[in-house]
Amino acid sequence: MTFAILSALASHWRRNPLQLVTLLAGLALATALWSGVQAINAEARASYDAAAATLGEGQFAQITARGGGAISQQTYVALRRAGWAVSPVIEGRLDGVRLIGLEPLTAPSGLGPVRVDAGADLGAFLSGEGQIFARPDTLARLPDTGAAGVASPDVAPNTALTDIGLAQRLLGRAGQIDRLIVAPVQPLTRQPLSDVAPDLMQSAAQEGGDVARLTDSFHLNLTAFGLLSFAVGLFIVHGAIGLAFEQRRPMVRTLRALGAPLGSVMALMAVELAVLALIAGGIGVGLGYVIAAALLPDVAATLRGLYEADVSGQLSLHPAWWLSGLAIALGGTAVASAGALWSLARMPLLSGAQPRAWAMARQGGRLAAVAVVLLLVAGGLAVWGSGLIAGFAMLGALLIGGALALPPLLARMLRLAEGAARGAVTQWFWADTRQQVPGLSLALMALLLAMAANVGVSTMVSSFRLTFTGFLDQRLASELYVSAADTAQAEAIIAVAGREADAILPLLSADQTVEGLPAQVYAARDHATYRENWQFLRAVPDVWDRLARAEGVLINEQLYRRAGLDLGAMVPVGAGVSLPVLGIYGDYGNPIGQVIVTEALFRDVFPDIDALRFGLRIAPDQVGELRAALRDQADIPDAAMIDQAAIKAMSLAVFERTFTVTTALNVLTLAVAGFAILMSLLTLAAMRLPQLAPVWALGLTRRRLAGLDLVRAILLAALTGALALPLGLALAWALLTVVNVEAFGWRLPMYLFPLDYLRLGVLALLAAALAALWPAWSLSRTPPAQLLGVFRHER
Amino acid sequence: MLLSLRDVTKTYPGTEAPVLRGVSFDLDSGCMLALTGESGSGKSTLLHLIGGLDTADSGVVAIKGTDLTALDDVGRAALRRGTVGVIFQQFNLIPSLNVAANIAFQARLAGRHDPARDRALADRLGLSAHLHKYPEQLSGGQQQRVAIARTLSPRPALVLADEPTGNLDEATADTVLTLLRDLVAETGAGLILVTHSERLAALMPRRLHLRAGLLA
Amino acid sequence: MNAKVILLAILLPLQAAAQGFAGLGAAVDDFAVPVPGRALEFPADHGAHPAYRIEWWYLTANMTGPDGTPYGLQWTLFRSALAPRDGQGWETPQLWMGHAAVTTPEAHFVAERLARGGIGQAGVVADPFAAWIDDWAMAGPDFDQLRLTASGAEFAYDVALTATGPLIRHGQDGYSVKSAAGQASYYYSQPFFDLAGTLTLPGGDIPVTGRAWLDREWSSQPLAADQTGWDWFSLSFDTGDKMMGFVLRGTTDYTAATWISADGQATAFPDGAFAATPLGWHEVAGRDVPVTWRARLPDKGVDVTVTALNPDAWMQTSVPYWEGPVTISGSHAGVGYLEMTGYDE
Repeated sequence: MTFAILSALASHWRRNPLQLVTLLAGLALATALWSGVQAINAEARASYDAAAATLGEGQFAQITARGGGAISQQTYVALRRAGWAVSPVIEGRLDGVRLIGLEPLTAPSGLGPVRVDAGADLGAFLSGEGQIFARPDTLARLPDTGAAGVASPDVAPNTALTDIGLAQRLLGRAGQIDRLIVAPVQPLTRQPLSDVAPDLMQSAAQEGGDVARLTDSFHLNLTAFGLLSFAVGLFIVHGAIGLAFEQRRPMVRTLRALGAPLGSVMALMAVELAVLALIAGGIGVGLGYVIAAALLPDVAATLRGLYEADVSGQLSLHPAWWLSGLAIALGGTAVASAGALWSLARMPLLSGAQPRAWAMARQGGRLAAVAVVLLLVAGGLAVWGSGLIAGFAMLGALLIGGALALPPLLARMLRLAEGAARGAVTQWFWADTRQQVPGLSLALMALLLAMAANVGVSTMVSSFRLTFTGFLDQRLASELYVSAADTAQAEAIIAVAGREADAILPLLSADQTVEGLPAQVYAARDHATYRENWQFLRAVPDVWDRLARAEGVLINEQLYRRAGLDLGAMVPVGAGVSLPVLGIYGDYGNPIGQVIVTEALFRDVFPDIDALRFGLRIAPDQVGELRAALRDQADIPDAAMIDQAAIKAMSLAVFERTFTVTTALNVLTLAVAGFAILMSLLTLAAMRLPQLAPVWALGLTRRRLAGLDLVRAILLAALTGALALPLGLALAWALLTVVNVEAFGWRLPMYLFPLDYLRLGVLALLAAALAALWPAWSLSRTPPAQLLGVFRHER
Repeated sequence: MLLSLRDVTKTYPGTEAPVLRGVSFDLDSGCMLALTGESGSGKSTLLHLIGGLDTADSGVVAIKGTDLTALDDVGRAALRRGTVGVIFQQFNLIPSLNVAANIAFQARLAGRHDPARDRALADRLGLSAHLHKYPEQLSGGQQQRVAIARTLSPRPALVLADEPTGNLDEATADTVLTLLRDLVAETGAGLILVTHSERLAALMPRRLHLRAGLLA
Repeated sequence: MNAKVILLAILLPLQAAAQGFAGLGAAVDDFAVPVPGRALEFPADHGAHPAYRIEWWYLTANMTGPDGTPYGLQWTLFRSALAPRDGQGWETPQLWMGHAAVTTPEAHFVAERLARGGIGQAGVVADPFAAWIDDWAMAGPDFDQLRLTASGAEFAYDVALTATGPLIRHGQDGYSVKSAAGQASYYYSQPFFDLAGTLTLPGGDIPVTGRAWLDREWSSQPLAADQTGWDWFSLSFDTGDKMMGFVLRGTTDYTAATWISADGQATAFPDGAFAATPLGWHEVAGRDVPVTWRARLPDKGVDVTVTALNPDAWMQTSVPYWEGPVTISGSHAGVGYLEMTGYDE
C-alpha cells in the first residue's frame, strides 16, 4: 500500500516536472544563498579564531606600551629580571604577510608553533638561518629570507611565525618588541609594573579579539543578505509547495476514497517533501559553496584592507556547514509546507474535488489585517524597543508585514487604475491583472523582499562607506604618521620634523576605565588641524576653545551611548580629575570608548607618558621628502611611517571590494526573485487559458495577448518596486539606527542613493521581463485548437 | 447478509433538516439495486455512508456483519481498500498515472493486484489499446471505464456507483452501465447504483426510491 | 661531581627531542674539549666558557630553621650552547636554564626558567661574580661572598653565602676523567659555604642557617651510549669531612668519589672504590625511586645509610629527576644531597 501511494504521489512530479524544478530550484537557491553567505562568515570567523589561536594570545594577559608604540628590548629584560614571567612578541608586515616573532623559551606553553612537547626542532628555530612557520600559500608569498619555510596548516591565514630575533631583523626593528604576553603563573616575588616600566600597562586576557568585534558590522551585512535571501527563497518554496498541494488535493481525495488512510498519505507526503528538501538542500549547499568560493577572495581582501583581519581566501569544507545547510533546507521546507499539510489534513473527504483557486484571495482580508498588525509592531519596536533582539524582531516584523501588505496594496492600486481606464481592452487588462495578483502574489512578495533587501543593504553599505571615508578624512588629517620605538627616537623625530614639517601633532594616549567601560584617553594639541577637520554629533558652542582651556573633554559615540554620558556629564580623566563632556564625535574604527582632552591637561594627569607617535602636517607633495629625511636622519624604519594618502587609497580600494560583494549578492537575490516570477507565470499559464480564450475569441490576437502579458509582468514588477523602495529604506534605517547601535555602539547617518535605487529598479524590471518572456512567447505560439479546447472541456 | 442498514439517520452540521431519517434495507451478495430519488433526497449521502466515506448519526450500517459506525478512519479506509469499491460521477482517476497504473491502483492499495485480471478487465472494457495513455487523453466514457476497471480489479464484495454515467451521453451511458452490471454479476458482488435516471434504474433488478430522507 | 656532566648530557639530547636544544651531536667537533694539564684560573674560570657545549653553576644547601626543622635548597644555572661561539642579541647560540627548589620534610617546591643568551636576560660574569637568569641571581663582590635569590609561584629564597674553605679541584687539578674512553670535564667545587637567610614558603618567612655546596663544571662530551642514569651523593659529615661519590648505571656500573678533609684536602678515588646500593624504594611521579641507600668508601672507613629527608623531592622540570636533601647515619653522621636520574616511568 505504501508503495502504491508513494508511486501515485511521485507520479505527480513526473507529470509536472516544471513544478518539481521550481520546488527544487527555489529551495536550492534559498539554501545556496544562505549557506554561501554563512560559509563566508564562518570562514572569516574561523580565520579570526585561527589568528587568535595561532598565538593563543587571547587567553593571556598582555603588556603593551601606553602610547601604543614599541617596547624596547631593555625594558623586556628589566621586567624579566624584576620577576615578571613575560614573553616578547613582535609583529609586522613583510610583503603583506603578517609576520609574528615570538620567543619560544619564555612563551607560555601552548603558544606558538614550537611547543615543548611537539617534537619540533627548537635548535633550528632559534639558530642559524631560522625557520618560518606558515600555511604553504603564505610561505609562497614571503620574500626569500634565507630561513627555512615550514608548512603548517594550523597557522592563521596570511600569517607567518618565526623567532623574534629573525622577525626583528626581517622587519628592520632591532631591539623592538610590540607586546609582552604575561604567563598565567607568576613568581612569588615580583616588583610592581609601575616601578619597573611605568610606560607599560597590563591588560587582562580577552574573550574575543578586537578584530572579531570590528568586523562584526561587515558580517552583519552579509548575514542580513543571507537571511533575506533565504526568506526570498522560502517564499518561492512556499509557493511551489502550495501549488503542488493544491493541485494534488483531488488526488489525495481519490486516494482516501480508494481506501488510503489519511495518516499514511500525510506521512508519505511529509517523507516525500523531506527527500526533496534533502536533494534541494544538497544542491543548494553545493551552489552555496560555489558562491562562497567565488566571493571569498573579495571578502577576504575587504576584511584585510579594512580591518587588517587576515582571512583565508580559500574555502574549507566543514561537515557542520553541510549539515546546517541541509537542516535549513529541511526546516525551510517544513515551515513552507506546514500550512499546506495542515489544510490537507483538515480537508473533508467529500469536499469538492476541484482545486481551489491557488490563491490567497480568500484570505486577503485576514492577511491585510496581519500585515497591518506586523507593521504596527515594527513601528512600536522602533520607537519603544531596545536591545539587539528587539532590533531583529523589528526587522522581521517590518519585512513580513511589508510582504503581506503587498497583495492588498497591489489590488487597490489596480482597482483604481481599472476605474480610471476608458478603453475596453484597457479595462479588461487592469481587471485581468488584478485577477493575476493572487496567483503571482508569492512571487511578487519574493521580488519585494529581494528589492527591499537590496535597497536596505546597499544603503547601509554605501552610508557606511561615506561615513567611514569622512571619518578617515577627519581622523587622518595629518599627511604623515610616525611611530617611535622609544623616547630617544621620539626626540629625533621631533628634531627632524621640527625642521621639515609644518606642524607636529603628538599623539598621546592612556588607558582609563570610564563608567566601568574600557576606554582610552587621548591628548589633542590645540591646532587648526583638529578645528578644521573634526565634526561633532553634538557639541557645545566654541567647543575647541573650551577644550583648549581644559574646561571639558570630548568623547566618542561609543562612550556616549554605552555609558550614557551626554553633554555636560562628568567624565573621569585621571586620578582625581573629572571634566564635563563638551562634544561627542563619531568613531567608526574602534570598538571601545575614547576621551579626548587638551594636551596640557593630559601631560598634567599622565606626566609619565611620552609621545611616541606623531602626526606630521606638510604639503602633500613633500611627504616623500619628509619620509626620506626621517629615515635618514632619525633612523625611522619605513614600517613605522604611514602616509595618509596611502591609507585613504587603500580604504577606497577596500570599499570597491565590498561593493563587488554587495553587487554580486544583489544580482543573485534578484535572480532568485526573477526565477520565482518565471515559475509562477509558467504554472499560471495553464490556468490562464480559460481566462484568455474568451478574449481571444472576441478578437485579440495571441500576439497581442502575449504582449499584454509581458507588459503586465513589468507593470507588476514596477508597482512592486515602487512599494519595495520605502520598505527597503525602512530596512536601511532599522539596520543603521537600531541594529548598528545595539551591536556596535555607533549610529551611522543614513544617506540616500537615488541613482543606485534607479539602477536596482531597472534591474528588477529586467528580471521580471526576462521571467515573463518565455511564458508570453509560448502564449503567442499556443495552437488555436488548444484555446478552443477550453470551450469544449468546460465542465 | 452482505449489507444491512437499520434506522440510519444523518444530519449535516449547520443544516436543520435531516438528510436521512431512518433508512433500513438489506442487500445480499450477488444482488443489485438501483437507488433513485430527486436531487437532495439523500441518495448520495446514503451511498457515502455505505462506502465508509462518511458516518451515520445513528442506526447501523453493517457490511458482512461489521458495523461501520464503530470503525475509525483507518478501519473505514481498510474497508474501502478491501471490501467496498466506489465509482464516482467524476471519474476520479489519478491524472499523473497512466491507464494501466490507474486500473492497478486500488488492487495494489488492497495488496491483491492480479495483472491477468487487469488485462481481462481492460479487454472487456475496451481499454486494451489505451493502457499507456493518461486520463486527460481519454474521452469521458473511456475514463469512466477505467474507473470501473480500477474498482473491480481487487474483486470488492460490494460495488457502489454514484451517478457513474452522469457525465456521459445516453448511448455511452447505457454501454458503460451494461458492462458494469455484467462484470459485477460475474464477480458475484453486490451492486448499488445511485441514479436519478428512471431509464438506467430500469436496468437493475431491484429499486429503492428515496424521498426526503425516507425510503418510499 | 662528574654526574652533573651526565645529567646535562642526558638532559640535552632529551631536550633536543622534547624542547629542541639541538645540534648537540652534529657539532661535537667544533666545541672545545677539556685537556689535562690546563690549570684553572680564577676568577676567570668562575665565568662562562662558551666554547664548551655545557656548563653549570650548581648549588645545594642543607639548612635548619629556628625550631630545628631541616630544609634543603637547590639553585642551578645551566648553560647550553647550540654552537661554540658567543655573541650579542638573539642570534647568540647560548641558551640558559635555571632550576630552583626548596625541600621541607613535608613539601618540595620547584621552579624552572629558560632564557636566551645575548640579550642580558641570563648570563654569568666572572668578576665581580654574578650568575643570573631573570630575577634569580647568585652574585657578590667575589666568589667567597655571594647572595643567592630565586622565586617560584609558591616559594622564594634570599640567602647569603660565605666561603669558609678553599676551592676543591676534582680529578687532576680540576681535569676530571669520567670514563675509560677518556671523556672528561673541568670540575671544581666550593663545598665550604656558610649560609644564612630567609626562605619564603606558603606558611610564611622562615629564617634559616646551614651549609651550602657549589659545583662548577663544563665540558662538551655526552654520556656513553649504554649509560642510562646515575645516583650522585654529596655528603657532609659532622666531623667536618666531606665526600662526593656517584654511580653511573650502565652495562657495567662506573663509580667515582672525592674525599674532602675538613681542612680542604681533596683525594680522588678511581672506579670501584665507592659503592652505593639501594635499601628502600618510594613511588614518586609514577616511578619507583630508591630513597634509602647504603653508601661505602672503605678506604676512608665510610659505611653509611643515606635517607631522603623528603622522598617526594621530585624535580618536575622540562626533564624530570630526583634531587633532595638527605640525612646520614652509620659509620658517620651528617647531612647531604642526593641526585638520581634515569628512573623511567
